Amino acid sequence: MTMSDAPRAVVAGHGRFAEGLVSAVDQITGLGHLLTPVSNSGMAPAAIDAAIREALTANGAKVVFTDLPAGSCTACARRLLKGSPEVTLVTGVTLPTLLAFVMGASVEEAVAKGHEALGSVEPPRGA
Amino acid sequence: MALDHFRIDDRLIHGQVVVGWGQPCQLGFLVLVDDAVVDSEWEQELYKMGVPPEMDLYFDSVESAARRMAAYREDARAGMLLVGDIATMAALQAKVPDIHTVTIGGIHHKEGRRPRLRYVFLTPDEEMELQALAAKGVTVIAQDVPTAPPIPLVDVLAGDGTG
Repeated sequence: MTMSDAPRAVVAGHGRFAEGLVSAVDQITGLGHLLTPVSNSGMAPAAIDAAIREALTANGAKVVFTDLPAGSCTACARRLLKGSPEVTLVTGVTLPTLLAFVMGASVEEAVAKGHEALGSVEPPRGA
Repeated sequence: MALDHFRIDDRLIHGQVVVGWGQPCQLGFLVLVDDAVVDSEWEQELYKMGVPPEMDLYFDSVESAARRMAAYREDARAGMLLVGDIATMAALQAKVPDIHTVTIGGIHHKEGRRPRLRYVFLTPDEEMELQALAAKGVTVIAQDVPTAPPIPLVDVLAGDGTG
């Protein structure tokens, strides 16, 4: 995989959620530069639209990961999809999903990794 | 219970509304009042996708919301009415004078607005619209999430965006 065809994405969410996830991806893989974080803090919907669009253009991404399915970043990304059918939107993003994505998994595989990783851990027997 | 939250929020339905308020207040329904959304099936679908199945979502214009207000208020479930801007709330309150409290949940930055709170930015005209609501006896507060203290309008207008 060359740098030019490396998977790129925009990660958008509340507060410093996106920045934190991208920082974690970078700490684990050194590939945080493939992801552009966008925060909705203090932004009206039109500004969120513009920020996501600008981030997509800037890093050449075709994928947007957002946090809450009901969140304003998701709503804005859905609007963007209406005019840009080549863009894929994934909601409820987690660190395992992003790690799989930057390591070369398809969007579908990365989503599956996120699902697989989510679970509650039982205490050890006899604890 | 019933419809007792009247919220101005330029993001309309989003995480703070559905999760932040919806869960602790056990909101059973939302009323989205927006003259553009009420005419757009696509926009309505967009907002419906963000609402959990146990919560009903109704779309109204200012006119139809005023007509249906009595029915919304008789609903046994807790409800929240949302508008995207101050002008819409003022228009609704003019038709429904017994809206006594209005909450600013989020009016975010755009050209010409000054920061008043972390989540409230206002133009001078918008500040006058809020003062006009208050002059009609409406209690105007700012409160983004239920765990935050409500901030009276006078303190909002004295803010510098850091509060």
